[in-house]
Order: sequence, then structure tokens, then C-alpha cells
Amino acid sequence: MRYRRRASPLHAARAAAGGAWCAALAAAALAAEHPIVLVALALTVLAGAAGAGVLREVARTAAWMAPWALVVALVNVLVVREGLTVLARLGEIPPFGQVDLTLEALVYGALFGLRLLVVASAFALFTVAVDPDDLLRLMRRASVRSALAATLATRLVPVLASDARRIEEARRCRADGGGEGAAARMAVLRAVAGGALDRALDVAATLEVRGYGTARRGRVGARPWSRHDLAFAASAIAIAALTVAARVVPIAPFAPYPVIASGGAASASVLAAAFALIALAPLVARRGIA
Amino acid sequence: MSAPVLELERVTYTYAGAEVPSLRDVSLSVAEGEFVVLAGRSAGGKSTMLRAASGLVPHFHGGTFAGHVRVGGLDTREHGPAEVARIAGSLFQDPESQVVLTTVRAELAFPLENRGHGPAAVARGVEEAALALGIAPLLDRATTELSGGELQRVALGAALAGRPRLVLLDEPTSQLDPVAGDELIWLLRRLNEEWGTTIVLAEHRLERCLPAADRVVVLADGAIACDAPPPEFLAWAAGASPELQTPVARMFHGAGITPPPTGVKEARRALRARGIDLDAEGALDAGDTTAPRHPKRRERRAAALAFDGVWHERRGGATVLRGVDLAVAPGERVALMGRNGAGKSTMLRHAAGLMAPTRGKVTTNGRVALLLQDPNDYLLHEHVGEEASATALAAVGLEHLVDRHPHDLSGGQRQRLALAIVLDSPGPAAVIGLDEPTRGMDRAAKATLADRLNAFAAGGTAVIVATHDPEFAAEVADRVILLADGRPIADGPATSVLAGGWYFATETARVTGGRALLPDAGAAVLRAQEVVAP
Repeated sequence: MRYRRRASPLHAARAAAGGAWCAALAAAALAAEHPIVLVALALTVLAGAAGAGVLREVARTAAWMAPWALVVALVNVLVVREGLTVLARLGEIPPFGQVDLTLEALVYGALFGLRLLVVASAFALFTVAVDPDDLLRLMRRASVRSALAATLATRLVPVLASDARRIEEARRCRADGGGEGAAARMAVLRAVAGGALDRALDVAATLEVRGYGTARRGRVGARPWSRHDLAFAASAIAIAALTVAARVVPIAPFAPYPVIASGGAASASVLAAAFALIALAPLVARRGIA
Repeated sequence: MSAPVLELERVTYTYAGAEVPSLRDVSLSVAEGEFVVLAGRSAGGKSTMLRAASGLVPHFHGGTFAGHVRVGGLDTREHGPAEVARIAGSLFQDPESQVVLTTVRAELAFPLENRGHGPAAVARGVEEAALALGIAPLLDRATTELSGGELQRVALGAALAGRPRLVLLDEPTSQLDPVAGDELIWLLRRLNEEWGTTIVLAEHRLERCLPAADRVVVLADGAIACDAPPPEFLAWAAGASPELQTPVARMFHGAGITPPPTGVKEARRALRARGIDLDAEGALDAGDTTAPRHPKRRERRAAALAFDGVWHERRGGATVLRGVDLAVAPGERVALMGRNGAGKSTMLRHAAGLMAPTRGKVTTNGRVALLLQDPNDYLLHEHVGEEASATALAAVGLEHLVDRHPHDLSGGQRQRLALAIVLDSPGPAAVIGLDEPTRGMDRAAKATLADRLNAFAAGGTAVIVATHDPEFAAEVADRVILLADGRPIADGPATSVLAGGWYFATETARVTGGRALLPDAGAAVLRAQEVVAP
């Protein structure tokens, strides 16, 4: 999973705006309490991914995270003693001690898992739809060398992965089959690591002849703000403002313990709809996205 | 004569830990606007000279350095590579290691940003470099998605983004297919002719670049052996270093015709001037006899390798092989040719069992030893002796190097070691497959490899070579299969397929109108024509 430029409003937006938008969605998920709002945010992230043409990549991350969300829910119900609605009494189970499974712990765990899933999906969306070079150009203003180190690491990962594929293929071509099991894998790993050192030397020489030794702190760019830059920046600010407002004025309160106390479903639905509308509005503009 | 943009004054350099110098008392002066080709066998000092000109020697590599290198008036003793980069752009062999950022636009902007240019200057520099090199459509593409040729162009763009007066190129086409390699040389010629950029290019395939060159500098054992314009260089090479001759120069030399031509056009002109008109009527091409045919059942049964209606369709992707039918007899020598993506490598992978057909089947009458493109990928151990048995090492002439580290071997030795690794079994392999074995090889190493493959074939092993190099194909193959879009479009004797082609033809065939494939045969044709001509 990596960034690839596609014709979408999110890809067309500058990294600062696109990154802020993804971060605002993740922050909204971390702050949200009500299940309706969390489900809406999850669907919003997936809809955003579809609008950016990267639904498959983000959905894959969400599918990978789903079992972990389930594990979080199960662990929570096993270890948390709070909640008054007992679903089952399992007695003494080492190392948990007396285990009473409560509805509240189950719901809280499920919500925590869902929150994790939304945050991971928002991060996946950030990874595949926000230009890392543009982002690193921002970082250059703070530290040229750290930014470059991060870039090189980003670039080297797919290169080394392709080295590993080639070396593995060559191993299979050896007359003895290249061996089996851990020893064979270690041999491939060692060869890839050795190759990485050679590559590092070549890259260092390239950096030298590209003038990296005299690199100066980057200057602020005068790139004009496009409609997509403005739309995603405004959307990110609005999501952040709504997140803060929802915390300060409990629009859709939800308390799992000691018994589940949920605010009105109507107000939660309004809040969820507001998040979705604000977040997805920038994806409607399709001009100048290629 | 304009002022030198590059000047080497009595430069002697020894790499750290090395016992012999890589450059020995080298003095050279390159004037503004010159196109200089560095020639010579591998390890002769070409790369070291270029690295000295870019300031990497000695600043990056260390070692012992004597003499002076001045680039645009900057002495590299006082100015490091980053400062020299303002005057000299550098391009090396491996495109993967020269592209450091994730998008093409960022890559082109990088050297300009390093010099502290403002956003407007960076944007202009990127735009100009992209347009000059024809890579504007790639600007927003991820560098990980580019082909080798595209990557090398992007790296050249990054080297040129600051409009350097001098460009230093170390075998930039060695990792590219011939089409991409020719395009790169054409670009360099345009840069030199239209913008007056000084070019210093190290290259093995001299026939590609001699027509554009003003001078050829030959390095042997770290010293300059010849420094002359192309015709004089070719005359010198005929006596002193025949392996550096281009195929047509070798053909003219064999026929006793002087002066040697620098390219096909000049060769034709010289022959016409002598009354020799080699039209296509006497070509070896047998026309329809090169049409691919289905092997008969008996042929398939006796074959060392047979493809029976083999398809390879990628899941969610392209169809790479389309119903390939093929039979290769024991001891037969076959060259697979075709553009990138035609299916050559995929066919070899199917032969070796690395891939399974999605339809059809592949049968062999024994083991298939496959040597993939990069021999380094086969080297997994600390010593040569651990990589293959003593018998296998002796078969490729490496038995005396068992204690060496595989990565300390030369390029040709590494390839022989990889060959020993894939052939290291109690019985002989039924088939040896090689994927682009001559990339980055000098002519002498190619000749050695051809001899070795011919010896295997004489022992009954079928040899299949996927190659873009028509000269090498003519040397090792008695049958050539031309692939396009995943299926053979021509299949016949090398004399037919390579003599009648336009792109897939040897240089000798192009000059002799398809009457001969290799220089020695071409020389015989010319001698015969000279007798006939009044």
C-alpha cells in the first residue's frame, strides 16, 4: 500500500490540506462516544476513500483491522469489572479471576475496537492519497536532513521488496533448489540486507552529486491555493470545530458504565450527518483533479 | 579552441584498501561543447575517471589522490561533489539507485532546492528539464512505477535540472534495453548539438555513440591508451585493441578497406564510393520460411523443452503469453528476441517452472537451469566455494577463486559463478536459459560467454537466450524466435530472421543488405564484391 497519484479531489489537494482532513477525521473518531457517530465516521472514511478512488486499499486495511477490533472487544469484556447488566457468570478463570461478562463492557469494547478501525482507515487513506513528497517538502522547512532521511526510507521499502522478490526467485533457480525453511529465508534476508548496504552507498553518492552536501533550508512556496486545497482545508477545520463543539456541548452523549446511558438517537444522527456532509463535500468538486 | 570545462592534470588515484592505482598519471582536457566517449574494457578506469571529475574521488571514496582535477575552474581538492554539481551533472549505471524521491516532479526539483533556488526558479527548472527530455507526461508519476528507461531519463533530468555545462555519464545504457538505450544516446546528442552541453560518456556499445562523438578516449589499466577522433580511434583499435572495434569497423578491417567507418551510414557511403552496391536482393532472408509453425507431435516428444498452447494471463492484468507452441531440440541454440513486455522473460520462467501456465502445458526432458538477469541475485554465501561444488566451479573456470567473497569478483566472473550455481547438479541440465546475459558486458566478455554456451550446446544441452542484442544472438543462436504480444511472430534460422529484419538486424546485416550477420562473414562478402566491382 503506497501513494500513487490518481485523478481525485483528495489527490489534487496539497498535502497540508489533505493530511489535515485525514487527521481531523481520525481525531473526530477518537473523540466520538456515540455508536451512531462512530459508525457514521467509519462510513464517511470509506466513502471518502471511494471518492478518492482508493476504496480497495482502505477497505483492505479496514478488513485487516476488523479482527483486531473484535479482539479488543473480547479482551475488554473479559478484563473489565464494570457494568451492571450481567450476560454470563463464568466463575473463577485464571488469570482474570472472577469473570462476569457484562453488556456494558461488551459495548464499550466494541466501540473502542470500532474507533481503532476508523483511525486505522483514516491513516490508510492518508498513506495512499496524500503526496509524501509534498508533505516532506513541508518538513524540510523544519529539518532538511530528517525530511530526506524519511523520504529515502519511504523510497527504499518498495525497492528492497522488489530485490527480495528477485533474490527469492534466483534462489528457486539454484540447482539444489536453494534449500527450505528458516535457513533458506535467512539466506535471502542476508542477501537483501547486503544489497541494501550497496544500494545505500550508491544512493549516498547520488545525493552528493545532486548537491545535497550544500542543502539549504527550504523556502516557503508561493503555490496558489486551488479549489481542492481550500475545500479540504475548510472541511478539516470544520470537522475539528464540530469535534470540539460535540465535546464541550454534549450533543450526543453516551456513557457505557455503570449502565448504558445514551442521549437521543435523533441528535446523534444529526451530528453524524453533519460530520458526513462536511467531510464529503470537498469530494464533490471534480474540476481540475487530473 | 574554447576554454576547458574539464581538466585532469597528472591524476593518479588508488582506492582505499586497493593495491594498484585505478588511474595512473592521467592528463586530459575537455573543451566546452565537446562530446567525448570513454572506451575501454571493464575495470580499465572509466568509472574512476568520471568519479574524479564529479568530485566523488577522493571526497566520497577516500583513497590516495595525486594531481589536480578542475571542473569549470573549480579544483576538486578544494571543492566537494556538491559544489562541483553546479557545473557538472552526473549519471551512473543503475537507475534504481539514482532516483531518491517518490515522484518525478520532486526528483527533478531536488537538486534545485538543494541549491536554495526559490519556488519559481525550481518550477521553471523542473519544467524545462522535463520538456527537454520528453518526460513531462511523467511528472506526477510515482518513481516506483517507472520502467528502467524512464527512471534513467528521470535521473538524467535531475542531473540536468540546474543546466550544468558538463554532463558525466557512466555507462547509462548498461541496464536498459536497446530501444531505451538508443533513445538516451539520441537525447545526449540533442543536448550536445542544440544546447552545447559538454558530454563525457563511458559506454561499451561504441557503435551507438561514435557517430555523435568528437573524440574517443581509451583507458586501459588506468592510463590513457588512445585519445583521438572516432576514425583515428578505430584505426588504432584495429591494431592495438580489436575488441573495441565496432562490428562495421571490424568488417572493413577484415576486408582490408580503409578508413574504418564510424557508423552504418558512413559505411554504406564508403562502399558506394568503391562501386559496391549491396542491395537487398542477395539477402540471406528466406521470407516466409521464418513464419512460426506448430511443432509436430514427434518433434515435441523428442524435444528438450516443449510449449503446448501455453497461455499466461495475469489475475486482473494483461495476457503475457498467448497460446505459445514451441519445441526446442537437445543441443539446439535458440535466441528469443522482441521488445520489452513481449513475453521473453515469462517464457523462460515457465520453462524453469517458476511460473505455471494458466492454460496449456510445458514439458521438459530434464532439468532447466535458468540464469536470470542479475547474477548478483544468486550470491547468498560468504565464499565462492560455498556457492557451488568444485566440479561446477571448474566447469566455468572459477576453481582458483574458492576463498574469495562472491561480491569481490568482476561482473563477468559473477555471471560465471551464477552459471555454476544453476548448473551444479550430478547430471547435465537438459536446457540452459539465460535472460539478458550481456547487459553491461564488454565485447570480450560477450565473446567468452558465447564460446561457453556453444560448448554446452555441443554437449547436447539446449540453450535458450532471451536477448535484445542482435550481434550476440547471431553469435550464439542457430534459431531465432521473434516474440510480439506474447506469441512468436517469426521463427527460423538466425541467418533468415536477423538478416531480413529492420530493427532486429545486426549492424553487419544492415550494411551488407542482409548478406552476412557477423563481421567476419561480412568481410568475406565485401572482398567478393570488390572482386566483382570494376
